[in-house]
This record gives sequence, C-alpha cells and structure tokens, in this order.
Amino acid sequence: MELLPTIWFVAIAVLWTGYLFLEGFDLGVGMLMKLFARNNTDRRVLLNTIGPVWDGNEVWLLTAAGATFAAFPLWYASLFSALYLPLLAVLAALIFRAVAFEYRGKVDSERWRNRWDWAIAIGSFGAAFGIGAALALTTTGLPLNANGDRSGGPMSWFSGYALLGGFGVVAFALVHALAFLALKTDGDVRHRARSWFVRLVPVAVLPMFGWMVAVQFLSGKPWTWALVAAAVVAVVLAWTLARAGSEGRAFGALGAFIVCATASIFGAAFPVVIPSTIDPAFNLTVSNASSSDYTLGLMSIVAAVGLPLVIAYQSWTYWVFRRRVSAAHIPEAHGFLPAIAAKVLISKDSQVSKDSPVSKGSPEKTASNPSGD
Amino acid sequence: MDALEIARWQFGITTVYHFMMVPLTIGLGLVVAIIQTIWYRTGKPEYLRMTKFWGKLFLINFIMGVATGIVQEFQFGMAWSEYSRFVGDVFGAPLALEALLAFFVESTFLGLWIFGWKQLKRGVHLACLWIAVIGSVFSAYFIIVANSWMQHPVGVEMVDGRPVMTDAWAVFTNNTALVAVPHTLFGALAVAGAFLLGIAWYHLWRRRHDGIDVVGADGKLIPGEAAIPGRDKADYTVWMKSLRIGAVVAMISFAGTAITGDLQGKLMFEQQPMKMAAAEAACHDGTGFSVLSVGNLGATNCDDIVAVIEVPGILSFLAKGDFTTEVKGVNSLLGEYKEKYGTHLPDNPLYGDRAGQEIQYVPVMEVTYWGFRMMIGFGGIAAFAALLALWVTRKGVVPQSKWLMRLAVFGILAPFGANAAGWIFTEMGRQPFVVAPNPDMNGIDQVFMFTAAAVSPGVSAGELMTSLVVLTAIYAVLLVVEVKLLVKYVRGGVASAMPELAHAKDSDDQRDKNDDGTGPDKSGDDVLAFAY
Repeated sequence: MELLPTIWFVAIAVLWTGYLFLEGFDLGVGMLMKLFARNNTDRRVLLNTIGPVWDGNEVWLLTAAGATFAAFPLWYASLFSALYLPLLAVLAALIFRAVAFEYRGKVDSERWRNRWDWAIAIGSFGAAFGIGAALALTTTGLPLNANGDRSGGPMSWFSGYALLGGFGVVAFALVHALAFLALKTDGDVRHRARSWFVRLVPVAVLPMFGWMVAVQFLSGKPWTWALVAAAVVAVVLAWTLARAGSEGRAFGALGAFIVCATASIFGAAFPVVIPSTIDPAFNLTVSNASSSDYTLGLMSIVAAVGLPLVIAYQSWTYWVFRRRVSAAHIPEAHGFLPAIAAKVLISKDSQVSKDSPVSKGSPEKTASNPSGD
Repeated sequence: MDALEIARWQFGITTVYHFMMVPLTIGLGLVVAIIQTIWYRTGKPEYLRMTKFWGKLFLINFIMGVATGIVQEFQFGMAWSEYSRFVGDVFGAPLALEALLAFFVESTFLGLWIFGWKQLKRGVHLACLWIAVIGSVFSAYFIIVANSWMQHPVGVEMVDGRPVMTDAWAVFTNNTALVAVPHTLFGALAVAGAFLLGIAWYHLWRRRHDGIDVVGADGKLIPGEAAIPGRDKADYTVWMKSLRIGAVVAMISFAGTAITGDLQGKLMFEQQPMKMAAAEAACHDGTGFSVLSVGNLGATNCDDIVAVIEVPGILSFLAKGDFTTEVKGVNSLLGEYKEKYGTHLPDNPLYGDRAGQEIQYVPVMEVTYWGFRMMIGFGGIAAFAALLALWVTRKGVVPQSKWLMRLAVFGILAPFGANAAGWIFTEMGRQPFVVAPNPDMNGIDQVFMFTAAAVSPGVSAGELMTSLVVLTAIYAVLLVVEVKLLVKYVRGGVASAMPELAHAKDSDDQRDKNDDGTGPDKSGDDVLAFAY
C-alpha cells in the first residue's frame, strides 16, 4: 500500500471525525431549538452556547470536502456527482441555517424569530441527515460504473445504509448537543439537558451502531471490530458519568464514542473509498482515486503545520468562551430605535408608528415581549 | 436546454451572486479593521461608533458570503465531475489550502471578534479582526490561484491524459494570479468605498432634511442635536468621516484596479489572445481601440461587425505598451486555434451528444465586448463620483438635493456592477475552454479542456434544472431579506448597532471611563458581551 495516499485517507477520516465531533453538537443544538427549548429565552441560551464557534466548526466540513478534492479527486468527483440531489438538500439546509443564526435576532418580532428558528432546526436536521447518509454510502457502496459515474436515475444511490447513516448522525448530534448544553449552560436548561441526555443516549446511539456493524460485516477487520467494542464502552461510560452529574467527562466520553465510531467505519472501509455495487472492479480505492505523490507530499507538509494550528486556536476560542451561559445572562433585546422613521420594516408587529418614530418605540415593545427579547 | 447549458447557467448565477457578497466582505472588513485601529489608538468615540455601525452591516453581509461559498466548493464535484477528475491533482490543492489556512482563520477569529468585546483585551480583540480580515485576503488569494490556473495552466505535466502538478511554486506564483489578486482586492475595496460614501451621504442629507444640522452664514455646517438616541453632534462627525474615508478608498481602489487591470490586459494579450480580441470585437488585425462597435456581436463570424468609432493605437497600448503593434483580430486567431486545438470536438463518449460537434472558438462577443466596457465604465463612474463627492462636501455640507442623495445611494451599485461585469467577461471570454490552453505549451504537453467535456456525465439535465431552480429561488429570497435588513440597520443609524447609546446619554464618555483599555471589563456581567 502506498504511503502518502494512506496518510491522506487517515487525514480525511480525521477531518470527518473533527467535523462530527464539533459540528455534531452545534447541529444538535440547532435541532433542539424546536425540540427542547420552551421559550425565547431558552432558545437564546441555546444559540449563544454555539454562537462564537459554529462557523469555525463548519469549516471542518469545507476542509474535509476540499481535502478530498485535492487528495482523491476521483473520490470527490464520484461521490458528489452521484449524490447530486441529497447534497443539494444539504446545501440548502446549510445556507438557511447559517443565515438564520445571524438574522434571527435582527428584527424584533415573534413571527420573524419563529421562521428563522424553523430554518435553524430543519436546516440542522437536513445537514446532519444528508451528511450522515453521504458518509454511510461512501463506506457501503454506490452504483458506480467503470468511469466512476452513477448509473441509474437520480435516486439510484438510495439504500437502507443511507437511512442508517442519516439517522445515525442526527441522533448522535441530538445527544451530543444535550451533553454539550449540560456542560455549557446553567440553571434549568442545564438540568433538563442532563436528564434528557441520560434518558436518550442509550437509544440515540443505536442507528450509528447499526451503520458501524454493517460496515464491519461488509469489510471489517479485527481491530475495527475492537473499536466497535470500545465505542460501546464509551457510551456506557458517558451514560454513567452523566447520571453521576459529571457533565464534562460525560461530554468527553461521548466524544470518544464518535472517534471510535468513525475510526471503526473508515478503518473497515479502507482501502476502498467507494465500493461499486455494480462490479467490485469499479471500486474506487486509495490507490486508484488519489492525486500524485507530489501533490500529496505538498499537502502533507501544509497540513502538518496547519492542522495543529487550527486545533490550537479553536481550542483557545473555547477557552475564551468557557463560561456557562444561563437565562440570567441573556441581555434584553433593545427595542430597535430607528434614527430615521423606517418605511421598510419586515414585519407588521415591529413597525414603529410613522409620526413619532422614536420616542414611543421602546417601552411599548418591551412590554409586548414578556419573553425578554 | 441540455445539461451543459444548465450547469453553466448555474455556475454563472451562483458565482456572480457569491461574488456580490464577497467583495463587500473583504473591502468592508479591511475598512472596519482600519477604523477600529484608529479608535484603539486615539480613543475618540466617533471611531467606536463607526466600528460598531459598519461592523454590523459587515456581519449582515458576511454570513451571506459564507452560506453561498459552500455551494461553490460542492458544485465542482456535483455538476462538473469530469472537470474535477481532470484537474483535481492541481486545482484541488488551492481549494483545500483555502479552507485549511484561510477560512478556518477567518471564521474562528471573526467569532472571537463578534462575541469577544468584553472577554478579550482591547488589543487582542482588535487583533482578532485583523487576523480574520487577513484570512479573507488569503482566501481570495487561494481561490484566484485556482481560477488563474484555469486561465493559464502552469507547473504541470501531462501524465496519462491528466495534468499532474510538478511545480507548486509555479502554480502558486502564476503571473496571472499575481496580477489578478490585487485587481480583485482593489475591486473589493471599491465596493466598500462606495458603500460608505452612499450610506454616509444619506445620513448627512437626512440630518439636514430633519433640521438637525443647519448651514451657517459662512457656508459651513453647524451640527445640531435631536432628542433621538445616537443623533447628536458626534453623529455628524461619524458620517462626515465615513463619507471621506469612503470617497478616498473608492478613488484609490479605482486607481489600483486600473493599474493592475492594465497589467492583466498585457498578460491576456499573450496568454489568451482570443479573449483580448473578443473584448474588442476586433475582427481584423489592428491597433485601434473600439469606442463603439455595432452589428451582430453574437454572431460566430465577424462579417457584420462594424467599428463605428475607433481610437488608433490605444489597443496596442493596452496589449503591448506601444501604439503600433498589430493586435491580432478574431479572423486571424480563428485559423490558429483551429490548427492547434482542432475543428471538432473529439468522438469521445465523455462529450455525450456534443461529441463531434464543431468547436466555436469565438466567445459570445456581445458579452465580452460590453462586459469589458461595463467593468471599466462602472468603475470609472464610481471613482469620478467619489472625487465629486469630496469636492462638493469640502465645507462639510451635503447638499439638500434629494436626487443627489439618491444618486449617492444607488451609486453603491456601480462597483458591484464593475466586479460582476469583469468576472463575467473573463470567464465567458475563456470559452470554449474551461481550462484555457497555455500557448507556451505545445504538442503532447498541451494542457487544456473544453467546457463541453467538463460536466458530470452521470447527472441528468433534470437534476441540474432542479438545483438551478432551487438555488436561484433561495438566493432571490435571501437577497431580498439581506437588502431589507441592511436598509433597516442603515436607517437605524449608529444606535441600532450600539444599544448603549439608547440607554444613557453621553454614554460615549461613560464608556471611555469604564473601558480605558487596560483589560477585560470585570465590573459587570461579561459572559455575553454580545448575544444572538
């Protein structure tokens, strides 16, 4: 087996692990906006736990995709074109979700916020599901022909593995987010998150185990089976620690679970990057899908410097924003006080009367918003 | 429409759209970083207000660039899988490095800047913005390295029918990229300049309109105060300084785009002579720059194009730096291209229905000819308007004319138009190639790819049409939302981005006392200095 393509296969597995670990909880927090939060203050607590970091987390996805393009162009081309419609859905989900984080609080209206909350929740669900499905399919197989193109219609990629992977990542993201919220918030949200976590975690990891075991049966090796066992231990540990009230360690144990899970899945799939369900001769592998050693060597040098740096400054970000957020910290949204009587406001309920644009604006609006935003 | 055509429309629409957000992000980011630096050094409250106000608009726009950027990275693989397979060895690296070295930096440090007003020391907080802005500049660099390789492939060798990178230094210092990067950055700054100028003009005009500011007998402005948060005397300074910074930035960046654009023209003349000829709708060899050409520019032959007004010598100057060199026209280039790259697309299944078709080497000249002129025209208009604005407001007074105010506000669109026109010109002028041939490479070393071979063979026209419709619809909706929010926050003025102005009068002074810059503010509740 060639060395550099193998190193890059590992590097890409590491990038996906980083992505699932980090964006896992912010996707989950996004879904919990509609499942868990009970009022606007709760929702703002949730949002502000991930506010400073979600965008940096998402770059792990872009780096994983970009590194796949650079290191395994044939893998990138076949996977992305074969999954055209599901990835379109992922893109739509990611677009709405990103914009929603930023725009949600920009207009003081219940209807406005509610729409963007749905965008965050559905967008987070769609992205988690689509990416989980894509990763499951690249490790279990796609109907690729000799040129690496999908044969059959726009939905011929579909298999039960797609559902396993999709639900696997969605359910993992949900419990990972609960563990994260228990660690990062205080008060009511913290306690509810912990008790939800304890109740849900045994069920929520099942689809991910389904995907793991499926890949093991297709192409497992002894050491990847061992990782499945380690993942079981990590989940039991996370559950026990959460019950004992040790939130930080429970979060860490669930993190160990996702590391074991991706390692067992990618390890089992190696050296195939996409199995062809039409003919194993059409399989894309680390050797026939990779870039030249020159390109991989260049990328290795840059990644060896760049990736530790990324991990260092992202860790620093988490350190800067290490304090727990609670309802008491959420500042009251200021009634928007336009300097100039605005004609263009987006929703009716935030419209300030035109003849006295300023003086009356704030007290009335604050009063009409008992939720504190 | 066939799959290729739909995929091209999709790439065009998503890219032009993405590149409306990106120049404003890069340009405004730089300007905000400079303003915050001035505040850091002088402590003058108006610079804090400017940082907060322009920073708010910057963020409203930034997120759109992020959201639409993901589409760009995914669609190479989704819609252009053959292209990705062909160029992956060399083209993937700058994209991966952009994510790893630039975009990580940009998004992480911007998060720190947005949320870290109180958690970080003032100097560290400012440094975070600078790091994010420098990240966005590097981001632009890597993307343009990738694009420039498509315009002028270098540093590769053909192995088994695919280009393989042999010289990374050549790829990352491609002369096409080295001039395109500053050209693009100046283009981005021009957008920011016009943005500041237009919005500041509107606020100054509005202050007079509302009777807050009056003009004294000596023709100078006397700033006043209204009982409205943020509309005090300092507010006048905020807008006047913003206007001047915007105008100066717009003028400098126009000069920058002109100088770098001239260098680009000279490279283009060597590297992509057909694009240069098509930019001029120049059918015959000559030296003259066309001021107006009429006829059927969309035709594939040159027979009915007439140059009505032509300035002799100028085209030679643009291409070569003298007034006499004959610049080859479309007609003589056509023969050379046919001889070198063939007259018909190869009979290869990868070309699908297009296999064996005759190759159209002349780009759509309506687009190249007018695209080139719109780019220069819009850029020039914006710079001239900026000069005029500085002159008109030299005494600190913005005229009461409503029409002038509208002109200043809609003038914001001019540099956007110049950016879009420039990119449409350079991308469509490269057709029928997706990777344009490097004329210095010959025989088996030739590296080029026809756009007709680049599209994903396994993806149906129906799938592509679905994504074209879905993405265009999402983009249209989000454009409306973004513009509405920008308008809302522009009208809101400084207080909309700085609620503390509304809570206490003279809060600038208070802020200065509390926050004298020695360290994080420990007095209050500093868990959330900013909250979503």
